[in-house]
Amino acid sequence: MSLETVRPTLPAAPGPSWARRNLFNTWYNGLLTTVLGGLLFAGIWLGARAVAGFDITILEVNLRLFMVGEFPRDQLWRPWLSGGFLAAAIGLAAGLIQAGSRERAARSGLPFTPTTPRDVVRRLAPVIGLVVVLLLLTRTITPTLLTVVVAIVGIVFNVSGRRLHSRWGWVGVGALVVAGYLSLAAFGGVGWEDWGGLHLNVFLTLAGLLFAFPVGILLALGRRSALPVIRALSVTFIEVVRGVPLIAVLLFGAFAIGFLLPEEVRPSQVTRMLIAITAFEAAYVAEVIRGGLQAVPHGQTEAAQSLGLPGRKTMALVVMPQALRASIPPMVGQFISLYKDTTLVAILGIGELLETSFVVNSQPDFLGKGLFVVTLAFAGLIFWVGSYTMSREARRLERRLGVGER
Amino acid sequence: MTAGTGHRPQHPPLWRDIRVLHALAQIVAAAAVAVVVAVLWWNLTNNLRRAGLTTDFSFLTQPLGVDIAGSGAGPGTPIWRGLLVGVKNTFALVVVGVPLLTILGVVIGVGRLSTNWLVARMCAFYVEMFRNLPPLLIIFSFFNAVVLRLPLLEDSWNPMGLAVVNNRFIAVTGFSAQPGFGVYWLIIGATLLAAVWLWVWRTRRWERTGSPHHRLAWSGGILGAVTVIAFLVLDGPVALSIPVLEGRVLEGGFRGLGSYFAVLVALVLYTASHVAEIVRGSILAVPRGQTEAANALALSPWQRLRYVILPQAMRIAIPPTISQFLNFTKNTSLAIAVGYAEITRIVFQTIGNAQPAPQLVAVLMLAYLVFSLTISAVVNILNRRLRYVTT
Repeated sequence: MSLETVRPTLPAAPGPSWARRNLFNTWYNGLLTTVLGGLLFAGIWLGARAVAGFDITILEVNLRLFMVGEFPRDQLWRPWLSGGFLAAAIGLAAGLIQAGSRERAARSGLPFTPTTPRDVVRRLAPVIGLVVVLLLLTRTITPTLLTVVVAIVGIVFNVSGRRLHSRWGWVGVGALVVAGYLSLAAFGGVGWEDWGGLHLNVFLTLAGLLFAFPVGILLALGRRSALPVIRALSVTFIEVVRGVPLIAVLLFGAFAIGFLLPEEVRPSQVTRMLIAITAFEAAYVAEVIRGGLQAVPHGQTEAAQSLGLPGRKTMALVVMPQALRASIPPMVGQFISLYKDTTLVAILGIGELLETSFVVNSQPDFLGKGLFVVTLAFAGLIFWVGSYTMSREARRLERRLGVGER
Repeated sequence: MTAGTGHRPQHPPLWRDIRVLHALAQIVAAAAVAVVVAVLWWNLTNNLRRAGLTTDFSFLTQPLGVDIAGSGAGPGTPIWRGLLVGVKNTFALVVVGVPLLTILGVVIGVGRLSTNWLVARMCAFYVEMFRNLPPLLIIFSFFNAVVLRLPLLEDSWNPMGLAVVNNRFIAVTGFSAQPGFGVYWLIIGATLLAAVWLWVWRTRRWERTGSPHHRLAWSGGILGAVTVIAFLVLDGPVALSIPVLEGRVLEGGFRGLGSYFAVLVALVLYTASHVAEIVRGSILAVPRGQTEAANALALSPWQRLRYVILPQAMRIAIPPTISQFLNFTKNTSLAIAVGYAEITRIVFQTIGNAQPAPQLVAVLMLAYLVFSLTISAVVNILNRRLRYVTT
């Protein structure tokens, strides 16, 4: 007799329907369902009526401001080119991750299910939806065509990335990102002082974390150092920065950095914001990497030492690679939170996306029409899609890397 | 000591002696930092002097130059008093916001695990919605789409005569102090302590002897009785105070500025979504065997939650939740964007009045640091107390 047959037969739920089991299984659940269902219906009704009544001309007219700020019209090919490079970089990186996990699966003999195009579409559904919304707001066919080209570039690089087995692939990703930057700023382009819109948010996020990363590694090592002076310096910096809000650091960047530099050095407003963001993020990155370092078992260090590796090589070849791997998911979390926090530079009057969604309301055509709801909702949608998609991918990555599992 | 072995301890040459190298590395690091700081300091003092600003903190006694709405601090108030008003306003957000966001976060977090499909879905929707929006955008939205759309001061809403609502402020019915107010609160405070002591005593007795504790009746009874008797004896030390709008002047009630409510609601909603995730994760982190054991003991679903799951989940949830409280506190600085006069805004305005920025930013950072470091110290103590004591 198998265990299945001795299981006591529970009395069948009254009525076979799904609703009975999941919505009305007890009296209080029934009550909750009724009340919440009513609220939900009212909310959707009011929301739909509000959306139907809104005039979205303000978005159509100002789409360029929202996306790239005051970027000169005759230079607009540069953001598109840069977008192409960025799509290629993201596609290549995703392909390389795929190739890596296939290789690991092959080595450990575990089954490997490749990501199908359908999976990708499902996972990127919010982004695709957002792109469609943005394209619906354009008035010519060119942006749509260019978007298709950019998407194809991304797909091509993704497919080739999946076949690549070499470490050079990641160098390629780096080169593509640099090319993306150069295509905007170099050869008669526009420097970051004059960027704006969503483009500036993305730049501040990427550049802030990129610059903060090496500083953060040094601070994390400093915090674990055996030398008291170096440890004290690192701990002081990390705890002071983590104890204050980002705005305080940005205010420092906007108003105080100028006093600390010699008279002839006067960095632009955006540069000072970037310095402030880098200093702020370095402290958080240091804590993320410290967490990664703590996750590496001590046996790894001992094994490296027993092989006769000197201290520096133990750290660089054995401990640090594992620590960095373990800190990828929290690092993505840090990336998301910085992406949201780049809106704070709006307080200092820099024309990023949130600030743009504010100032377009003072254009003569739209002044006093109370269109804040439309523009803020639009900006909110863009931030939400990016942050939601990234956080879902971070969770997937966490599962895939097997970190965070105990 | 080891004479007779004929073996002298071998010292490596100085440039390979690890102790010497360590000391050297630290001296070099300290010197490098000192040089950098000295250069920056030299630049700072020079630049401040060139700009005609003081290099010390004497400016704190100068007049503020701006009016802080709803605080009585005007342009003539010294800067340090203005900064204190800012700290007070920051605390006004924290003291009200933290309990609210805790309650909301726990409700949503537990709701996400509900067996009711609709409840679980709506809670998940709430969390995913607010967690992925920039807090500043939420504040802006509330301020522009809700607070500024309330009626003008002249035609304020006056629901049931108990509150006054307009786009400048919201006033609700509160209490006002009458003669004997101080004594009354002293008595209540002392009774509260006594009630807590009674509660502990009854619980201990119940644990020791198993006789019914009736601790709610004991503590609550004493507290209720003393509150009522003292109120009667002192001849009404507190009275209801109903807000009344006389022309453009408000009398009575508790008043909060519209910007205050915008920041409060937005940040509570934002932070609660993070707390909800912590609560959900902590409940899921309680081993499944605990639920099964509770079921095996025939505990009701409520008893299972109250006596088995929540106490264990709490241990896991408390440290990250407190770090969310800290985040909330730091995020109150975003109130600067809608003009609520907390400390960051006052520092910002004072800098705008040509006061030295480096010192002001230092004061601002110090204020937040004192708060953050105090809380972290408390968290560390709590962590030590809450740790599982194994074997």
